[in-house]
Amino acid sequence: MIAQQLVNGLMLGAIYVLVAVSFTLSIGILNFLNFSIPGLFMVGGMVTWVLIGKGLHWSLAILGAVAAAGLVALAVERLSYRRSQAREPEVPLVSSLGFLVLLENLALVGAGSDQQAFPALVPDFNLRIAGLVVGGAQLVSLAVALALVLAISLVLSRTSLGRQVRSIAESRETAVILGIDVGRLVPAIFLLSAVFTALGGVLFALNYLQVSPFMGEGVGFKGVAAMILGGMGSIWGAVAGGLLIGLTEVLSITYLGADVVNVTVYGLLLAVMVLRPQGLFGRPPAREKL
Amino acid sequence: MTGYQSGLLVILCFNVIAAYAVYLPMAAGQLNLGVAGFMATGAYAAAYLTNEAGWPMGAAIPAGGACAGLLALLVAVPILRSQGIYLALATFALGQVIAAIFLNLDVVGGAAGYPVSAYAGPGAVFAATAAILAAMLLLSRTRFALYLTAIKSDPVVTDLMGVNVRAVQVGALTLGAVVGGLGGGLYAHHFSFVEAQHFNVALSIFTVLYVLLGGVQTVWGPLVGAAFFTLLPEMLRAGGGWRYVLFALLIIGVMALRPQGLVTAGARWPARLRGRIPGRPSAETGLSTEVSGS
Repeated sequence: MIAQQLVNGLMLGAIYVLVAVSFTLSIGILNFLNFSIPGLFMVGGMVTWVLIGKGLHWSLAILGAVAAAGLVALAVERLSYRRSQAREPEVPLVSSLGFLVLLENLALVGAGSDQQAFPALVPDFNLRIAGLVVGGAQLVSLAVALALVLAISLVLSRTSLGRQVRSIAESRETAVILGIDVGRLVPAIFLLSAVFTALGGVLFALNYLQVSPFMGEGVGFKGVAAMILGGMGSIWGAVAGGLLIGLTEVLSITYLGADVVNVTVYGLLLAVMVLRPQGLFGRPPAREKL
Repeated sequence: MTGYQSGLLVILCFNVIAAYAVYLPMAAGQLNLGVAGFMATGAYAAAYLTNEAGWPMGAAIPAGGACAGLLALLVAVPILRSQGIYLALATFALGQVIAAIFLNLDVVGGAAGYPVSAYAGPGAVFAATAAILAAMLLLSRTRFALYLTAIKSDPVVTDLMGVNVRAVQVGALTLGAVVGGLGGGLYAHHFSFVEAQHFNVALSIFTVLYVLLGGVQTVWGPLVGAAFFTLLPEMLRAGGGWRYVLFALLIIGVMALRPQGLVTAGARWPARLRGRIPGRPSAETGLSTEVSGS
């Protein structure tokens, strides 16, 4: 029983992992709390649903959804981030939130506020391993999430692009002095985080077989929680945070009831923030003043 | 005044009060993403005192504000150990926890909500909002407001100048929470009903939005931002389902053109109103002139 819940929690956590990585890329590298991410998550799910409804093959539909999210992310970069990057970090937060309102209401106008049924793309098979039941969609989610995280972590640590990105995170001015084309690299970071978020939305739709204009909010805020829990700017921290939040959620639903989920999840987050503000895997904020 | 107009004004009042609750810590550079939690504390505490202890409204609502302030004081000390964005995220977590706790607290009705036995009419709400606004204007002419701006501009220099940065920050967060708690208590008594679901993360974030859109450089910013957010969607009502789409486009457009907010210290008339405080830190004014020039 408990082993089964652990499995369920990890699978749910896989979706939080993708959103948390997206937040962590944005905040760790650009110091930008990008509130349009829940909107991109919704774009991932909704656009896939719309395109499948138009008769496209599911792979093309997912590709289209990721591309749509990427375009929106580029618009966010251009209109929210770039316009205010020299000023306080909280300023672009406002207009990124404007994008969230915009995306949700566009979806609302286009599709109505109802939950829409998402077709079952993964054949409904269950793996039974030593008495545990693992759904096909769950397995796909975990595999996709881990593969993506592994890929981004390799890119960041091994490639020249990754080195440039890390240098921006370390010090933007120094990166510019060293000849890094920040103006070209920043949109690439936005694109990356859009890909992660949109695929998170697609996986969510695959697992729960439904999409709605507001599907991003709950998951988005849990993603923020996961990102903080693991430590901002740390990819593997986001992974640990996402899985931990997923586990906490599923275990508290099972043993304490669905009402207290927010108490346990955010209580855990608050406890970590008080005891270890930098999160489980984050670097201590040594470079902060005072 | 029709019922619709006074209803709209009452909502504007609640939004203005919430905006000042966020503005105070923000003036010192602290982003408070959990103001809904403090409002919920004030609302439930005031409602409980009215219902169960039989306190008159005039005592219960300030007591609710005091409870919210006390809570802020208790958590400010450990939370303010973290800086910058960490602090913002800690307040985010705090707001979520408080709302979730009230949702599960059966003494105050839990998820079913909590009816309040006393009623505060629109007149009382307007009067209270005017009083809070007046208090904010007075506060903006004190040294405390100067400390806040100084800390926002450069905490290290402010520290070197002999200002107790931590104490001022705790003070700003606590005072903001008191204002938020007052707003919450007032809300509970005006609608005669409190439900924890109202005090969700969206409320916290949108309140931050009012303040940032209005601008944090002057004390008028939150008022303008809250008015923009409350009245504009009403004016766009003709747009039907598209009105929030238009509204979102306006937010994005305004922030793209004026990232520093609608009201800035560079504007002439608030500067004259604020006259007593000579020379706002040049970092601020320099920033706004540079922006308007570009």
